[in-house]
Amino acid sequence: MISQFFLLSQRGDNIVFRDYRGEVPKGSAEIFFRKVKFWKEDGQEEAPPVFNVDGVNYFHVKVVGLLFVATTRANVSPSLVLELLQRIARVIKDYVGVLNEDSIRKNFVLVYELLDEVIDFGFVQTTSTELLKSYIFNEPIVLESARLSSIGPTGLFMQGTKRMPGTAVTKSVVANEPGGRKREEIFVDIIEKISVTFSSSGYILTSEIDGTIQMKSYLSGNPEIRLALNEDLGIGRGGGSGYDYRSSFGSGAVVLDDCNFHESVRLDNFEVDKTLTLVPPDGEFPVMNYRMTQEFKPPFRINALIEEAGAHKAEVILKIYAEFPSNITSNTVAVQMPLPKYTIRASFELEPGAVGQTTDFKDANKRLEWGLKKIVGGSEHTLRARLTFSPEVHGNITKESGPVSMTFTIPMYNSSRLQVKYLQIAKKSGTYNPYRWVRYVTLANSYVARI
Amino acid sequence: MAPPAQAQRSSSPSQPSGKGEVADVKSQLRNLAGSRAPGVDDSKRELFKKVISYMTIGIDVSSVFGEMVMCSATSDIVLKKMCYLYVGNYAKVNPDLALLTINFLQRDCKDEDPMIRGLALRSLCSLRVTNLVEYLVGPLGAGLKDNNSYVRMIAVMGVLKLYHISASTCVDADFPTTLKHLLLNDRDTQVVANCLSALQEIWSLGGSASEEVSREREILLSKPVIYYLLNRIREFSEWAQCLVLELVAKYVPADPNEIFDVMNLLEDRLQHANGAVVLATAKVFLQLTLSMTDVHQQVYERIKAPLLTLVSSGSPEQSYAVLSHLHLLVMRAPFIFSSDYKHFYCQYNEPSYVKKLKLEMLTAVANESNTYEIVTELCEYAANVDIPIARESIRAVGKIALQQYDVNAIVDRLLQFLEMEKDYVTAEALVLVKDLLRKYPQWSQDCIAVVGNISSKNVQEPKAKAALIWMLGEYSHEMHDAPYILEGLIENWEDEHSAEVRLHLLTAVMKCFFKRAPETQKSLGAALAAGLADFHQDVHDRALFYYRLLQYNISVAERVVNPPKQAVSVFADTQSSEIKDRIFDEFNSLSVVYQKPSYMFTYKEHRGPFEFSDEIGNLSIGTESTDTVVPNRVEANDKDLLLSTSEKEETRGLNNSSSAYSAPSYDASSLSVPTSQLSELAISNPSVSGNVPQPSFAIDDLLGLGLPTAPAPAPSPPPLKLNPKAVLDPTTFQQKWRQLPISLSQEYSINPQGVAALTTPQALLRHMQGQSIHCIASGGQSPNFKFFFFAQKAEESSTFLVECIVNTSSAKAQIKIKADDQNATQPFSSVFQSALSKFGMP
Repeated sequence: MISQFFLLSQRGDNIVFRDYRGEVPKGSAEIFFRKVKFWKEDGQEEAPPVFNVDGVNYFHVKVVGLLFVATTRANVSPSLVLELLQRIARVIKDYVGVLNEDSIRKNFVLVYELLDEVIDFGFVQTTSTELLKSYIFNEPIVLESARLSSIGPTGLFMQGTKRMPGTAVTKSVVANEPGGRKREEIFVDIIEKISVTFSSSGYILTSEIDGTIQMKSYLSGNPEIRLALNEDLGIGRGGGSGYDYRSSFGSGAVVLDDCNFHESVRLDNFEVDKTLTLVPPDGEFPVMNYRMTQEFKPPFRINALIEEAGAHKAEVILKIYAEFPSNITSNTVAVQMPLPKYTIRASFELEPGAVGQTTDFKDANKRLEWGLKKIVGGSEHTLRARLTFSPEVHGNITKESGPVSMTFTIPMYNSSRLQVKYLQIAKKSGTYNPYRWVRYVTLANSYVARI
Repeated sequence: MAPPAQAQRSSSPSQPSGKGEVADVKSQLRNLAGSRAPGVDDSKRELFKKVISYMTIGIDVSSVFGEMVMCSATSDIVLKKMCYLYVGNYAKVNPDLALLTINFLQRDCKDEDPMIRGLALRSLCSLRVTNLVEYLVGPLGAGLKDNNSYVRMIAVMGVLKLYHISASTCVDADFPTTLKHLLLNDRDTQVVANCLSALQEIWSLGGSASEEVSREREILLSKPVIYYLLNRIREFSEWAQCLVLELVAKYVPADPNEIFDVMNLLEDRLQHANGAVVLATAKVFLQLTLSMTDVHQQVYERIKAPLLTLVSSGSPEQSYAVLSHLHLLVMRAPFIFSSDYKHFYCQYNEPSYVKKLKLEMLTAVANESNTYEIVTELCEYAANVDIPIARESIRAVGKIALQQYDVNAIVDRLLQFLEMEKDYVTAEALVLVKDLLRKYPQWSQDCIAVVGNISSKNVQEPKAKAALIWMLGEYSHEMHDAPYILEGLIENWEDEHSAEVRLHLLTAVMKCFFKRAPETQKSLGAALAAGLADFHQDVHDRALFYYRLLQYNISVAERVVNPPKQAVSVFADTQSSEIKDRIFDEFNSLSVVYQKPSYMFTYKEHRGPFEFSDEIGNLSIGTESTDTVVPNRVEANDKDLLLSTSEKEETRGLNNSSSAYSAPSYDASSLSVPTSQLSELAISNPSVSGNVPQPSFAIDDLLGLGLPTAPAPAPSPPPLKLNPKAVLDPTTFQQKWRQLPISLSQEYSINPQGVAALTTPQALLRHMQGQSIHCIASGGQSPNFKFFFFAQKAEESSTFLVECIVNTSSAKAQIKIKADDQNATQPFSSVFQSALSKFGMP
């Protein structure tokens, strides 16, 4: 049960403010924003998603830079409220097409309308875009710019490959396309976030894939859908199942540690043929979340070296190896490395003929930054940096620099080898053949190499 | 119905300064009010939007109330909705104007479109104006019977809103009864869910004192209701499922088979993508299996993977909420998670509040097989750019060292920290090495060698400096330079700002003196002189104390200041097990995130919709707070609330233990109750009854609370003999309290002397103890005190449980009695009343 919901811009302006129960003083938004902005507790500098000020509990989630906030005096389930806030953001996105400050400001009456149906007197009524459709009468005002730029995981597909109609995913589920009738299509995205930690000698210390099969359906009439995954998919490690045995003999089976499913998913045939059956509700939702710690081949190897090179000088050599097929290209790669705090200067040397690469030394936080617009599979890139230290005494330079961290996006690639083998839509007629988009993307979550 | 296209799309609302714009809107609205021209609705929409955007940014637009209401006569639902929103916001502050809206809202409540009926009803109930409640009853009654579930759903919430405005109107209209009916009969699950929310809140507001309310709650937790809801659980929305699951977690199944049935039914809920559903299910599993150790442990194993998946799948905020719960479980049963330690490694991009939790978990799960890897990992974090986390990591290494048997490798690491030459790393490491030496004195050689190399000039933080000085004093015989380093520090006495450091310095120089007198004598003199002249009271007192001690007898002084020490085996835990258990009882709530039980941060009336059973909730901790606790005062009160340590010692022998149910264990306590003997009510004569053994007589006397030496004229002869040495452990108490119905609920008066004597809860519980009525939990502050008592018949194991709430300002005590033997309630009540009436009599 919540008392208030409000939506603040990055600067702390109220974009939407809804008081459901009148138990929390009106100034709560200001109290909240000041607290978050100047958070200094337990020696930490970032406000946790939940905190208590004078008996009022404040919950917040950040979505595209906006703060979605709920308050309550009751001792409620934090998961429930945080999940709810996230869901409110998703419902709004479903309606207005793309979530940003501008689109919400333009549609704030619609947002109020949604909020009134989602929550009554602080209790959640529904967060289903599908159900809400029948209660909502305001028509969304779709931003023109929304068709061009997009934020969030679905936007990732726009970069690089032209095949993807990236903008389609940012369209509202209710608004009509300018051209008239809606296009019958369905998107299934397999998004994998990978975390790898390499030891200083290049060993993989930990690795994990956190994946989501995300769906967004624009199909009319809610047909049933069957989604078939790898036939040899196994779930549950160490449970003594046969899969563990087989995978260790290199049969290549994909074994997930664990997974969970959206409410609409029926698993009647899952044991038998690894198919998920569902009637997709309107809007964007995760069909399945999964987690895998089974060994996999990391897309990048990182080699980092820092060596003393004369008095108050050192040399850093960073090497990246792209270990994925050459028909795949990774985008927006960024490599960062903290340097010893007595570093005062860094000069860089890129490999000959380097294109689309940037280098920087951030003096404020003593960090080296290396950006690469594109990395083609199978290639290898090197950066040399010469550091100059202040003449004061200093300790062990290796211990005081690193770890090297890396962020990247690789469209049409997934490390887990989990696949959607087919996507079957229950046919309404022989001529009914909606567009189906099955897309893969791999993102770095925490991709780190120690020195 | 398709909304009409909008004529013109306004740009985002500008930020007006106020009055002028509002007046402008007001006149425009007035012009439109009567108009029936085509397109007028569109213009209205634009104006309404403006009003609401002003409202959002905090401009007072209440002055256009009249115009808004006039314009609301429309069939345009979008306009209606905006108007409802506006009215709901301002009705409370403009009750007179609110009256204007009643008419059109009531009319809309009868509209043929269910959507309009529902919306109007919702707005009507949201006005929050007390003198308008009479207008709500009719539409609400109709709404609850509406054939459209949307309207019923809203009507149910409306009942709760009405209850908040005027509880008596709500009860007089018999709405709660209607909700109970709908709860069990409505086809629509959201209606059912809303009934459940509304009823729980109504009952929790209705006061725990009412017997009727307790009965209602028992019905809600009865098998038929629980099974009815469980069987339909898949039809409920994910949010409503959470509601049902919270309720089920309070249910007490009759036998293990039932427990397994419930768990099997809910098994697939653990695969839900919504973390709130998974955690609510986990709570059910954990609560149901509390008394079955093996199964309880299996539950931990079972919920581990789903929770880990949630941690890594959601947004950072969601994963934090889940991780907090995982943290709680890891702390309770680290061995179950010891092979999952890699999941608790920190990722470089995680926020520090997440890292902090993970470090604690890593510390907890460290055991012989994984310590090496964990410590290696932690050492990586010590060089982290995030300094608070680097510090935490070093502390974590130290904690692991203190809890392990084999610390060889760890000591090496710690000593390496000392050599890292980062001041904060050195500081943290010094503190740790000190603690380590207190536990493992055998390591002194290795540590001292390294510590001796640290220049005291590089150590600035008081805690670290104090640790270094402690080591210098303690090991002055092994550290060649010790007297000279101390001497240097004493010379700079004036520049040392921390009193803690100066105190340590005094003690260290004393210790050094006993071992190496010739070298230290001079510094000791200087230190004592400086100490005597110190402005800080403690430093001054300690210096004076040492000075006189030395004057009196040096060998006595040595025995006092530097006696042979025993290694510390276990360092005290910072949080009591009562508090931890209480937090566990409040699984899936904010208590877990804050790591505090709810009474420390929440007003009682907001303990949450699920905490309706406050007897049960409050019992799990040894004591209960008053109703008037103010959150920011709570920390200070906490010590009083939890019987202070000495108090605990005192009562332990009698209560077995004052803690709530600790580690899940099979309920062996019931065996400790004497086996049943002849059931017989001893009708004794008055003179006997007055002389029940009084073990704590002397204490009572001391406090002036003594019992009459001569039998006082008791109001009625207590016809029941109680066992003066009765024992009951809190777990059993809690179970019984849950299971037994209330046999008697009554209010007694307390005599003025009693009121005067009740300065702390302990006064009464000592007195009752003398009457063979034992206290199991108590708490509170004047004027409200709360007690849970129990008593047993002298001849058999039949037990009485009492909840007693005393208000000293009204001199009343509210008593609820539950009894194994219902027939004995009346005689017991007399005993209790008589005992209470004697409280405070001279």
